Amino acid sequence: MTRVVQEFTTDVPVWKPYVTPVDLSKATPGQLKALQVTPSNRKVSDYVLVLAHDEETLTHRSPLFNAIMYDEGGMSRAEREIGALAASVVNRCIYCAAVHSARYVQLAKDPETVDKIFAAGADADLDHRLSAIMYFATRLAECPPTADATDMIGLRRAGLDEEEILDLILSSSLFGWANRLMHTLGEPVTG
Amino acid sequence: MSDLVSRMAGIEPDSVLARVVAKRGDIFALTEKTMQAALTPVEPGGLPNALRAALASRVARLNGEVAMADHFASLAGDDPMARIADLDFRGDDARSRAVIRHCDLVAANPKAATGGDIEALRQAGVSEPDIVRLSELVAFISYQVRVVAGLRLMRETL
Repeated sequence: MTRVVQEFTTDVPVWKPYVTPVDLSKATPGQLKALQVTPSNRKVSDYVLVLAHDEETLTHRSPLFNAIMYDEGGMSRAEREIGALAASVVNRCIYCAAVHSARYVQLAKDPETVDKIFAAGADADLDHRLSAIMYFATRLAECPPTADATDMIGLRRAGLDEEEILDLILSSSLFGWANRLMHTLGEPVTG
Repeated sequence: MSDLVSRMAGIEPDSVLARVVAKRGDIFALTEKTMQAALTPVEPGGLPNALRAALASRVARLNGEVAMADHFASLAGDDPMARIADLDFRGDDARSRAVIRHCDLVAANPKAATGGDIEALRQAGVSEPDIVRLSELVAFISYQVRVVAGLRLMRETL
């Protein structure tokens, strides 16, 4: 029996869509291009097949997502995952929080930070730098955003440079987008 | 600085912030292209461009981004759907009420959304592709307004 996952976890659940995914065998040429399906790559998640209903935004989504999370320079990949996680906690997107907390743990070898964030969100007792990152990314993710000049100055005092701050803004904001799709178009269930 | 995010954040050419942003120029270019795909797609489906502009304006206003909200509202022009940009307007038939309700829910309180909200859209006659188009529009604008808000804080404190 599968059940809906209600609590934050680093065990990545299965995502069960509320909307019928595009049937790959009936996909239009435009959808196939947006899905980046090739004869050698026909593995596409249900999530991306749901998004293929809007092929024009999907075309840009994947390169944009990859650039924000993985492009070289600026903030470390692990800290960008904290930006993603902060937004996912605000929006209570259990699936995104699982994927990105697991990636953070894998990159930083730091499961304790994730446990603290799951228990206390932006109030988690973290080191100075991570605490400033978590606090700012959380407040930017709220609607309306509550991040202010004091939070921004806090990032600089915690040692972030301007390029790192821009990457944090981008990763938290990106998950303001991703959470609003993942959490509203389907639900996380046990595998 | 031809992209909307840089303009709305008030980034001055040749400033320190402009140089930082330029290093992520590909991201700002892709953000602009996604906005065009969400607001003025080649295939709008059941969401005409004036409706998209009006909904984008609602999302920006719910996030306190007044200049962006006014900009998006202006794109709706004098189309009858332009009134949807007014947060006090809640729709005048089952479909418009359902679309507006879902837009505001996903923008302002996404954690409260459930499968029942998608079912409500279906019941109101919104097709599955249009449900995804609506969700992408609201979700994308929610991203874009946060990038603007964050950049403005950088600029004001540099």
